[in-house]
Amino acid sequence: MKQLLKNREAQLALVILSLLAMIGAIIPDFLAISNLLGVYTDTSILIILALGQMLVIITRCIDLSIAANVALTGMVVATINSLYPDFPVPVIILIGAGFGTLLGMLNGWLVWKMKIPSIVVTLGTMAIFRGAVFLISKGAWINAHQMSATFLEIPRYVFLGLPILGWCSVIVIAAMYYFTRHRQLGRKIYAAGNSPTAAYYIGVDVGKKQFIAFTISGLLAGIASYLWISRYAVAYVDIANGFEMLVIASCVIGGVSIAGGTGTVIGCVLGALFLGIINNALPVIGISPFWQMAISGSVIILAVIANSRSERKVGRIILRKAVQNAS
Amino acid sequence: MKLTTIIKTTLIATSIMASTFAQAADMRIGLVVKAQGIGFFEAAYKGAQEASAEIEDNIEIIYTGPVTPTAEGQIEIINSLISQKVDAIVVSANDPDALVPILKRAQQRGIKVVSFDSGVATAGRQIHLNPSSNELIGRMNIELAATSLEAAKSEKGDIAILSASPTATNQNIWIGEMEKALPEFPQLTLVATVYGDDLADKSYRETQGLVKTYPNLKVIVAPTTVGILAAAQAITDMKKTGEVFVTGLGLPSELAGHVESGAVNSFAIWNPIDLGYAATHIAYNLIQDTASETEVEMGRMGVAQLDAEGNAAMSSPFVYDISNVAEFAKIF
Repeated sequence: MKQLLKNREAQLALVILSLLAMIGAIIPDFLAISNLLGVYTDTSILIILALGQMLVIITRCIDLSIAANVALTGMVVATINSLYPDFPVPVIILIGAGFGTLLGMLNGWLVWKMKIPSIVVTLGTMAIFRGAVFLISKGAWINAHQMSATFLEIPRYVFLGLPILGWCSVIVIAAMYYFTRHRQLGRKIYAAGNSPTAAYYIGVDVGKKQFIAFTISGLLAGIASYLWISRYAVAYVDIANGFEMLVIASCVIGGVSIAGGTGTVIGCVLGALFLGIINNALPVIGISPFWQMAISGSVIILAVIANSRSERKVGRIILRKAVQNAS
Repeated sequence: MKLTTIIKTTLIATSIMASTFAQAADMRIGLVVKAQGIGFFEAAYKGAQEASAEIEDNIEIIYTGPVTPTAEGQIEIINSLISQKVDAIVVSANDPDALVPILKRAQQRGIKVVSFDSGVATAGRQIHLNPSSNELIGRMNIELAATSLEAAKSEKGDIAILSASPTATNQNIWIGEMEKALPEFPQLTLVATVYGDDLADKSYRETQGLVKTYPNLKVIVAPTTVGILAAAQAITDMKKTGEVFVTGLGLPSELAGHVESGAVNSFAIWNPIDLGYAATHIAYNLIQDTASETEVEMGRMGVAQLDAEGNAAMSSPFVYDISNVAEFAKIF
């Protein structure tokens, strides 16, 4: 099974490489190292959020409120910065991370203790968070000149050729890779999603693992919120509106099964990069916006078809093995 | 000699009569806004006071509005204005239909009703004053592009439009009007129209795409507030300030920073002071019965043409640049 998953990632990597080759044939400049680094930096926020979403999806849940979390935490972060420009930015980032975590814990708690399906919980909190953004801001925008220079410059600071924004996602990828591959808790999250019944019998509290997945998703949304606000230098009610769909699409394209239990950090990152490359290349290729929408949509459906086909095989193999082992 | 004396005396006599008459009449105009404490409407009030000071008759402006922007609150306020027997009501409605019954009642009592900014359905008012018209907005955007081209120190150059979503009606109408005005500006070549969907990240990416694709691009016109901000930020981040200028429609409070950084040379939006001023003049003309079916005078803003439904357009959007953006950023 591991072999197969590895193949899948290799397949996706091949698709991305051929996509780059196709774009490069039309616009050679797109393949310049500086441009590719720019595309990676642009996709960083998507990667960070997709990795949080991946954990949640692995536990058979879904976090629709992830973009609304970015919006609410982002507005909190921006408000603090605009009201107290001298307040140290690292502390603001910590506050943002903490606040995002709290919002994630709220989702997780409702799923774990109230036993409400996650799609209902996060649909509700999505609306609540968006509403709260309006309550905090009273509909007003916070703009570039109301933010402090340090607040705006940190993610833009270039270190070893890559802006801090890009490094943030590198760190998150490394941390998540270690967490999902080498930590017991990370492995238990997979177990809880792969087969909740089996996980229960070996002493894994499935609900608690879901709570933890939502908490981590909230933490990453909190970090991403600061990066988002400072990158686009504006905070308003509709920040990252609809972005949750792009985040979920990244996971799906990356081979994270909506049914839970499967999905890897590398696959998820490749999924996000795939969308990031398409989003960055389409404006340069200059095709009609209606085609752009159709292309993005078709790609997602194709990825889901590829997924469900490979999953079906995996499912059968597991079942047979399990049956064989049992008998 | 005799004739001039007679004329002089009559003139003085009539002017005295007129002024005493005005004192006795003591016109009152109720200015009902969406909610209290909004800078935009306080600026409109400033304009209304300017108009009342200008008009010879003694006009009292009653500036009022609910605490929260609700139609219910406005209905209560309009009710009390009716019982105070004001001469005219100038209103920016929280709901175009909910205010119609109460405003009809006001009109039955002889009170003139003008809506501005956010309109009331035709039955509820005599004239609605739009800040501008689609044609004027489209033309203004192209004029701004020409100004920005000069700021980029170029005689000829490419321009691109960054819109909201490809299905946004008002945006598409404005783009159509821009294209109509374009032939009069031979120095401008429109090379692309892209869509940022009013999302900061997509608008940002589209701007990057434009700059990469069109090396001769000098101006990006974004007639949408999210788009103009995201484009200005993208230009700043790409270190293209001074080479590529962003312009279009936006609010001074949102764009002040980008005007200072140089990513935006100038931009436009209606001026709330002018809007309050013009609406007050229209109300005054309705009271005086000096407005015709097709035209109404607005003081220094000129004469507005009325369509069959009593809609008027005030003027071209007002241009903001480094000289005035800081002052207006405090207002809205």
